[in-house]
Amino acid sequence: MYNKTVLIKDTTTLTQEDKTRDFYVSFTNSLREQNLSDEVQVVRAADIGVYNHGIVVKILPDIVYHDVKEADIGRIVEETIKQGKVLEDLVFNKDPKQQRIVLRNCGKIDPESIDEYLAVGGYQAIKKVIFEMDADKVLDEMKKSGLRGRGGAGFPTWMKWKFTRAVPSDRKFVICNADEGDPGAYMDRSVLEGDPHSVIEGLMISAYTIGASKGYFYIRAEYPLAVERVKLALAQAYEYGLLGDNILGSNFSFDIDIRLGAGAFVCGEETALIASIEGKRGTPRPRPPYPSVKGLWDKPTAINNVETLANIAPIITRGGDWFASIGTVTSKGTKVFAVTGKVKNSGLVEVPMGITIREIVFEICGGTISGKPIKAVQTGGPSGGVIPAEFLDTPVDYENLQKLGSIMGSGGMIVMDEDDCMVDIAKFYLGFCVDESCGKCAPCRIGGFQMLHILNNIADGKGKLEDLAQLKRISFAMQKASLCALGQTAPNPVISTTRYFEDEYKEHILEKKCRSGKCARLASYTIIQEKCKKCGLCHKNCPAGAIPGSREEGYQIDQEKCIKCGQCFEICKFKAIKKE
Amino acid sequence: MKDIHAKINGIPVTVAEGTNILDAARHVQIKIPTLCKHPDLPPSAACGLCIVRIKGSAKMLRACCTPLDEGMDIITNDPEIVEIRRTVIELILSNHPNDCLKCARNNDCELQKLTADFGIKEESFPQFLRELPMDTSTKAIDIDPRKCILCGRCVHVCQQAQDVWALSFLERGIKTRISPAGEIQLADSPCVRCGQCSAHCPTGAIVEQDHTAKAWEALQDPDKYCVVQIAPAVRASIGEAFGYTGRNFTKKLYTLLRRLGFKAVFDTSFAADVTIMEEASELVERLVKKTRPLPLITSCCPSWVDFMEKFHSDMIENFSSCKSPHEILGVLSKTYYSQKNNIDPAKIVMVSIMPCTSKKYEITRSNEMYASGNQDIDVVLSTRELARMIKQAGIDFESLPDEEADSILGEYAGAGVIFGSTGGVMEAALRTAYYFVTGKELDKVDFVNVRGLKGVKETEVEIAGQKIRLAIAHGLSNVEYVLHKIRLAKAEGKELPYHFVEVMACPGGCVGGGGQPYMVTDELRVKRAQALYQDDLDKTVRCSHNNPFVKKLYEDFLEKPLSEKSEHLLHTTYKARPTYRK
Repeated sequence: MYNKTVLIKDTTTLTQEDKTRDFYVSFTNSLREQNLSDEVQVVRAADIGVYNHGIVVKILPDIVYHDVKEADIGRIVEETIKQGKVLEDLVFNKDPKQQRIVLRNCGKIDPESIDEYLAVGGYQAIKKVIFEMDADKVLDEMKKSGLRGRGGAGFPTWMKWKFTRAVPSDRKFVICNADEGDPGAYMDRSVLEGDPHSVIEGLMISAYTIGASKGYFYIRAEYPLAVERVKLALAQAYEYGLLGDNILGSNFSFDIDIRLGAGAFVCGEETALIASIEGKRGTPRPRPPYPSVKGLWDKPTAINNVETLANIAPIITRGGDWFASIGTVTSKGTKVFAVTGKVKNSGLVEVPMGITIREIVFEICGGTISGKPIKAVQTGGPSGGVIPAEFLDTPVDYENLQKLGSIMGSGGMIVMDEDDCMVDIAKFYLGFCVDESCGKCAPCRIGGFQMLHILNNIADGKGKLEDLAQLKRISFAMQKASLCALGQTAPNPVISTTRYFEDEYKEHILEKKCRSGKCARLASYTIIQEKCKKCGLCHKNCPAGAIPGSREEGYQIDQEKCIKCGQCFEICKFKAIKKE
Repeated sequence: MKDIHAKINGIPVTVAEGTNILDAARHVQIKIPTLCKHPDLPPSAACGLCIVRIKGSAKMLRACCTPLDEGMDIITNDPEIVEIRRTVIELILSNHPNDCLKCARNNDCELQKLTADFGIKEESFPQFLRELPMDTSTKAIDIDPRKCILCGRCVHVCQQAQDVWALSFLERGIKTRISPAGEIQLADSPCVRCGQCSAHCPTGAIVEQDHTAKAWEALQDPDKYCVVQIAPAVRASIGEAFGYTGRNFTKKLYTLLRRLGFKAVFDTSFAADVTIMEEASELVERLVKKTRPLPLITSCCPSWVDFMEKFHSDMIENFSSCKSPHEILGVLSKTYYSQKNNIDPAKIVMVSIMPCTSKKYEITRSNEMYASGNQDIDVVLSTRELARMIKQAGIDFESLPDEEADSILGEYAGAGVIFGSTGGVMEAALRTAYYFVTGKELDKVDFVNVRGLKGVKETEVEIAGQKIRLAIAHGLSNVEYVLHKIRLAKAEGKELPYHFVEVMACPGGCVGGGGQPYMVTDELRVKRAQALYQDDLDKTVRCSHNNPFVKKLYEDFLEKPLSEKSEHLLHTTYKARPTYRK
């Protein structure tokens, strides 16, 4: 049974080709000399999450050494593995630009242990709130912090709490919105799985402040581990007297339950979420009345997102001024982004507001995998938009992203290079919203569907120039006349791509050309006769029978019959098929 | 309540706090278009047409569900707003069959009207139809889900107002549709055929099953002897199809029906008087002889009967066994009337004109609906279908001369005609029960406490020193309260809360029936009811037992209330039915 695992990887290459063989042999030899072979497992990893830093050695859980030479092996085995000492000169400081508030404990403590959370100062904030502060003081501190909701809209958290607190009622509720649904975003999941107690503590503080006696976690059912960890954390909190009646001997009593979302994106919208908890069909209802006045079971209800709640305890313990010292004038603190797409180092990053997109993409995430220039960065998920390369130096905050036609959203960030087609991107996001529309209101239900139809036509080479005007017309109606944010923002990806990349749309429409080759129906495949070895593989595999010919005479692609599936292109061993 | 002062399109307006912008605009003669907001129902905010803006703001608000705030300066129709509305209507049309010429709602459709108002003449967007089958299973109301614009009115009335929960939204996005849960037919669902869904539908997605062709066919068949009856509530609402509200058209209806070709024109109000003779006798029996348990619960509403059989079958023994008035008239026309006039009952075609869709189902509900030896009622037409027939026949209805109904099933007492309003059966029964118990006539026959639109009315009257406790509920969602009280008292062995309970499935009673003209509101329900109460007031005979034709019926034919013959012809039985079939 191993009790330590070491990962090694040569990060100068992106492929899985093995270049660490010698290093691996030396490392295992060194372990054998020290009689550690049975205790330490060495794994040659395919990807270690660090790029261009020579050979990287990761001693799990969290020691990462970079640019390691064979000469360093002895030291590592002797000092780090045997004695647990960290070799500062080799330590890879992954992200000097990152600052962890929300993710402060993720990966550092055992999320299934309340004791570990307590050991890093957990539940000190709620204790402080109960015994040293009153609701007004909490609101003051929250106001000073300038924290805005991380769910997407960026509404000041203290105001939401203040409104809910101000409404007189016999019962009030707080809800943690963990119905994370943006494609590619998983920060809420990571927090719930990695540090559930921090969210519980945040929810408790919000409950105390607004005067709620009952809270709910609304977690999407596709997050089973998050559900399990929150369940366990709640049980532990009850056991420790942190939940239930008379918490910590005070007169504050508070209970929390879990409700699972059945997989509808729209249930992240707060009124749909409330309907879902009440056991009704998850569709939005008109606001006003806002949930702060009439929410769950018609009682005043404050709904906060996971990431927002994870920020609360540090604000209370370290003070609103400290929090407000991070970030920009309008957007305080940090934001977790899920960076994905054509980027070398994809994953969650937590950065102070005001950092530029370029810093995130290049300095933290290592630039594009392909090395090709960035075309655009998509932020805000299906409600967001694309930010073209020329705006990469824009400092990230709520207002700036909005000015560029995108939004902060929940923090999805998808990097796209020249191989990405903007029509295709718009199609993807709009398709998501069309699938996820609850169907209640006509502009969203039918408008989105009609827009998607137009986009499909454009991508298939059947577009007309008038289509651009139609897209604009439907977009405007959806933005203005849809009931909830899903419908109001669903056209955003289309609006922003047409705003910045109208030429690409026109190319699709007028020249029937997709420069990135993404729009399969617009691609044309031809055989480069000079490279063709007449093996006949393409002929055999063409599902449309569009490649006639023989081993003797060679092969041709019949453009009339070709269905542009790309099978021949994929299958040719001699790269003799040209795709245009 | 506080007053709100604001401006709409520059016009100052003062409304009570909480009034939404849509209603506030009406105060200053401004109509904001909507397809989903029905004046009778809370807003669902589904269609997106009622958008307005605060002057200078880019954000748009839904007028149907945004309360007017102090100092607001609302713009309802700038070019941008109008353009968005036009786009949304065109989007809706792209998902609608647009086969107006063949639609039951042609010329009476809210979507068609808006399309015309906005001058939309072409299809801007390609048409996508949901290929969904019609549901005609209930034989009372038909659903064509392709025509549905998903306003949600039907779902609201079915679930909230009627507590039936037969209809709900299924699936999502462009595939969203209204349907009974789990792909079943409406007839296999808890649906009680009250037709409130069809009365509130803005398009032709839910309509009464049209039986006018059957009526025309019978009228043109020389071998048939067509007779007709009109329900109390029809006379007070048919005028709405011609622009009159709250007016009683009884005598023009008689003339009209003769001109349509009916050989005899009867009035269901006469049968209502007979119902009272039977039901009041039942009440007295239960009160005095205590042969069957109290409270007595009325049974003249077929949707209520269906609802009871499906959801509250423990109440069967409390139900009056008396048939509904139109069934009574049906069986009498094919026995008593046919014998007196030497007509072969097999040749008689009895057409009922009802404010109701449920009666279409009732006529084949059980074997007792064939008590005459033939099917007692052959065709049921709703008020809306009659209005269409009048138009098809090219009759200038409003200008018709007055005529009288045909004896011996046509003359009614005031008590019979108030059946059409909630509380009416109760009031009529009390007038006669008082006489049956005391042998004396009431000095004052009006029981105003049982009238009005309050969901549940509880009151008591004194008859011969005994306090009789009453409850009247209308709108099926109000039933639970009454039944719960009865069950609780039964379970705890306490004195029963009521002796006599009246229930009508539709809000307002039959005046608000599911087969009545569209766009009903409480204001309209009150007007229709007032027309009936005025009819009652104008009658010299106000009590059923004093109707000379009722007396004659018993003398010549039935002997007495609850006689063997009465029981056979005028009474029925009930059984528990599953809420979901199969």
